[in-house]
Amino acid sequence: MFIFALKRFAVAIPTLFILIVLSFFLMQVAPGSPFTGDFNMPPEILANLEAKYHLNEPLWKQFAYYFSDLLQGDLGPSFKYKDYTVNELVAQSFPVSLTIGSIAFIITVIMGVSLGTLAALKQNTWVDYTVMTLSMVGVVLPSFVIAPMMVLLFAIILPWLPAGGWNDGNWENMVLPVAAMAILYVAAVARIMRSSMIETMNSNFIRTARAKGLPKHHIILKHALKPSLLPVVSYLGPAFVGIITGSVVIETVFGLPGIGQHFVNGALNRDYSLVLGLTIIIGALTILFTAIVDILYGLIDPKIRVGS
Amino acid sequence: MKKPSKALTLAGIPALTLAAAIAATTASAAIVPAGIQLDNTQELTRGNGAEPASLDPQKVEGTPGSRVTRDMFEGLVTQDLEGNTIPGQAESWTISDNNKVFTFKIREDATWSNGDPVTAEDFVFGFQRAVDPATASNYAWFIEIPTIINASNIIGGKAPVDSLGVKALDDKTFQVTLEKPVPYFIKMLAHQTTFPVPKKVVDKFGDEWTRAENIVSNGAYVMEKWVVNERIVLKRNKNYWNDKETVIDQVTFLPIVSQTAELNRYKSGELDFTQEISSKHFSSLQKDIPNEIRITPQLGTYYYEFNTKVKPFDDVRVRKALSYAINRDAITRSITKRGEIPAYTFTPEAVAGFQPPKTDYGQLTQKERNSKAKELLETAGYNKNNPLKLSLLYNTSELHQPIAVAVSYMWKSIGVETTLENQEWKTFLDTKNEGKFEISRSGWIGDYNEASTMLDLKTTTHGNNDGKWSNKRYDEIMAASRTASTDAEREALYIEAEKILASEMPVAPVYQYVTGRLVKPWVGGYTTKNVEDNIYTRDLYITKK
Repeated sequence: MFIFALKRFAVAIPTLFILIVLSFFLMQVAPGSPFTGDFNMPPEILANLEAKYHLNEPLWKQFAYYFSDLLQGDLGPSFKYKDYTVNELVAQSFPVSLTIGSIAFIITVIMGVSLGTLAALKQNTWVDYTVMTLSMVGVVLPSFVIAPMMVLLFAIILPWLPAGGWNDGNWENMVLPVAAMAILYVAAVARIMRSSMIETMNSNFIRTARAKGLPKHHIILKHALKPSLLPVVSYLGPAFVGIITGSVVIETVFGLPGIGQHFVNGALNRDYSLVLGLTIIIGALTILFTAIVDILYGLIDPKIRVGS
Repeated sequence: MKKPSKALTLAGIPALTLAAAIAATTASAAIVPAGIQLDNTQELTRGNGAEPASLDPQKVEGTPGSRVTRDMFEGLVTQDLEGNTIPGQAESWTISDNNKVFTFKIREDATWSNGDPVTAEDFVFGFQRAVDPATASNYAWFIEIPTIINASNIIGGKAPVDSLGVKALDDKTFQVTLEKPVPYFIKMLAHQTTFPVPKKVVDKFGDEWTRAENIVSNGAYVMEKWVVNERIVLKRNKNYWNDKETVIDQVTFLPIVSQTAELNRYKSGELDFTQEISSKHFSSLQKDIPNEIRITPQLGTYYYEFNTKVKPFDDVRVRKALSYAINRDAITRSITKRGEIPAYTFTPEAVAGFQPPKTDYGQLTQKERNSKAKELLETAGYNKNNPLKLSLLYNTSELHQPIAVAVSYMWKSIGVETTLENQEWKTFLDTKNEGKFEISRSGWIGDYNEASTMLDLKTTTHGNNDGKWSNKRYDEIMAASRTASTDAEREALYIEAEKILASEMPVAPVYQYVTGRLVKPWVGGYTTKNVEDNIYTRDLYITKK
């Protein structure tokens, strides 16, 4: 298992390097620069700006500067937010996305798995239909529809919660964004869990357990749950990175200072260093969690344990 | 429309202390009318449109940053509620006979938020910083426009920074020397690029000096908290020279980009005033809360620019025909809706000290304009068998698209076939800069309240003359306007410039911008008279809710 993990991470390093090189040069291909604006600066002023950020030097040299700083953990200054470095922007925004995302993730796992299981066990009853109809709504409605609807309902018509803001992580400010984010994933997980549970319950080893007269809750918790979770894990592993690195829609609707807004605004502003920094972080997290999923797989199902 | 005072544009008044006379009628403070009951909590939350790129006065790039810096810092002069220039950190100033040397007396009680006195050296530092290539300020040109000695050379790296024409004669006397007399120089000093900055703090903390824990400022407010993309909280600066007349204790700026999200936060009571109202929501808001809608004319124009380097837009008949055929009334009435004014001149009426002339084509009815447009196209060689085909470029937006669609139909009625092309903002800017367009949407908001802030744009060498139109007489006029010694002389030049624009039509003005905002009824002191939209929190107050 240890060697397997080691191998996974050895592959990760060149993958990450390719990601950095590609993003660095692709970013430069996009039309415009961080300094194009509705006002065309006089050439001398533009030259001063470019000199300050080394943009006047050959591209390979810029990459060398960037990469050597990166090795020391320095993601460089933001091109747009002149008073901040990318490290500082990430340090400020990542905890916000991580908090919202983690809570949404826990809710997703608990609710998605239990609702899916419930629907599977009560297959073709009103419980099943209700859960599946609701989850269909959750899957079909995009967050740019759900989130503003929630604001309208719970912040304006019923003035229970704030319509936006973070307020240093006040719980009231978290309720709506967490809910808006979780709905989508709960719906997906419930559907996956349901079909996987139905399949497991029809398999031979469960039939054997039933024949042996084991109590129902024992069968479900001890024997059926673990194998049914496999597809859920393979869905949630990669999804986890998406959840904790913020959703630009949710963050824009609720005015949250998270990573999602930085990512999209960074691209629009051609804030090269900010976009690169975030790409690297999200890339690294994706690689990390895909590896973790593989390891989890092995723990859940000995049949697919690799490398032993 | 009420015109702001002309008094301060008169550089022609030699060696005269203007400040005393002005201070008698205006004030840089909240004026609470007698009988108004103030609320116990004096806290204000403002929509700020977007996250500021910087809060360093010399590095501020857009309006979100300038709004916050205007509350935190103060220049030699500032503006009152109506946009008139009034004394700020300078209590008075004198102007030399040749209108080139300006000597400012800084208030004895002007202090930084840490208690240090504001000195002439702080201003010298601020001005030098703006042109220093090491600062790489986007707004360095702002010091070049009034021709402060050596500004251009320093920016170009051809002269040392300390050779700039600014001097501290003593602790409280600051002097600026210009190469040429620039009549609107004093007005420009309310802009953040000319604000003083605390040298000690900047030297100590470098780029991090604007953080809440480091910053020291000289305006009515000082920073308490800054969460990027969420909020900036400022609290009252007890050391501000006019703190006794400030009413609001705390102001919060929320960088809400989405107009729908901003509207929701306003409706839920989290905002006291919004940054914008979108045209999309305007009609329903007019029904629901008409009293909370506040519209201010703005110093800016929405226009279509012709690329005069591309055929057939080098032909004035084609440009005129296309401009005439735009039904501006229909656009402002049915699309923008918020009280925008149809534009037939490049300079908007909101500008101080100049009434844009009534252009001939502006006086016609739309029907007359359309038939003229057809005639012009006909003479230019376009008709049913040989229709004019063109492409109209605009940047992707909920507003520009319906306008472009409407205009393409208006042009269709005179037999023109239009292809619409929309591009993402930075791509759009790139396309325009490279001249790869035929007709493009454009807009310009003035940087200072003077007609030249608009008209200069069409001079041959201006960096934003994307259509590359060039007219010798026009360039001469704009150069002469800088040194004209009287208002009347300058106004005559501006009128001539507008007439050339109307007869050459390098751009088709569409409408004059307005600022539309929702303001809660308890926000006192808010006016709709400052056409530059400089709303200083120190002038506002909260009445009993």
